Amino acid sequence: MANTFVAIATTTVGSGGQAAIEFTSIPATYTDLVILTSLRNAASDNGRFNVKTTFNGSSSGYSQRLLYGTDGSTVDSDSGTEPYIHFYYGNQNGTTASTFANGMIYIPNYAGSNNKSALFDSVTENNSSSGFITAMTAALWSNSSAITSIKMEDILANNLVQYSTATLYGIKNS
Amino acid sequence: MPTKLIVDCSTGVTTEVELTAEEIAQREADAAAFAVAEAERIAAEEAKAAAKASAESKLAALGLSAEEIAAL
Repeated sequence: MANTFVAIATTTVGSGGQAAIEFTSIPATYTDLVILTSLRNAASDNGRFNVKTTFNGSSSGYSQRLLYGTDGSTVDSDSGTEPYIHFYYGNQNGTTASTFANGMIYIPNYAGSNNKSALFDSVTENNSSSGFITAMTAALWSNSSAITSIKMEDILANNLVQYSTATLYGIKNS
Repeated sequence: MPTKLIVDCSTGVTTEVELTAEEIAQREADAAAFAVAEAERIAAEEAKAAAKASAESKLAALGLSAEEIAAL
């Protein structure tokens, strides 16, 4: 059977934390990319933080639309055209100890010459009835270049804490 | 100096490197801009919630039941 879902690289933040995680030299040999993340930052608040994501070091061409829920009964929406994608979430350090937000980024046709669309799904965890979010984002990077690097960091410049992880997978259609 | 993890997918090697001055400046500018935008977003959300509560109160005063208001 063809090896269709390949772990390209993974990393875990060590003690002391890190400002960002960046995958570089991403090979163009796959059809799609998937990134799975488990993120928590160093901010002391009991809530969520926005993960700033950029491709190829670019600070232009991004747009995004978000559906999210925070209370179990209401779905809200938002949109933006900032110089990065930020409707993707992690846990702040005031949430229940040792809880991390789960997230997945799916980027189809990342090496093609068309603009790049992407799906960002994230769920923060708090082991309680408050302080969490579930979010689904449609993002677009209007750029014809193949994606060769992806960088993720806290938009408010806090460190990612120890044991935050990110794994990059390549998907092949054959 | 802040550091980041760079994962080179061609080698599988992860290195810890200091952010460049340009990265730090961009990081600080983005954080400041986002903080302002987020404050504006929260204020708009709160204003919307207050307007909704006010509208529901006025509808109740007109005689609509809670179920009727929720159905709107």
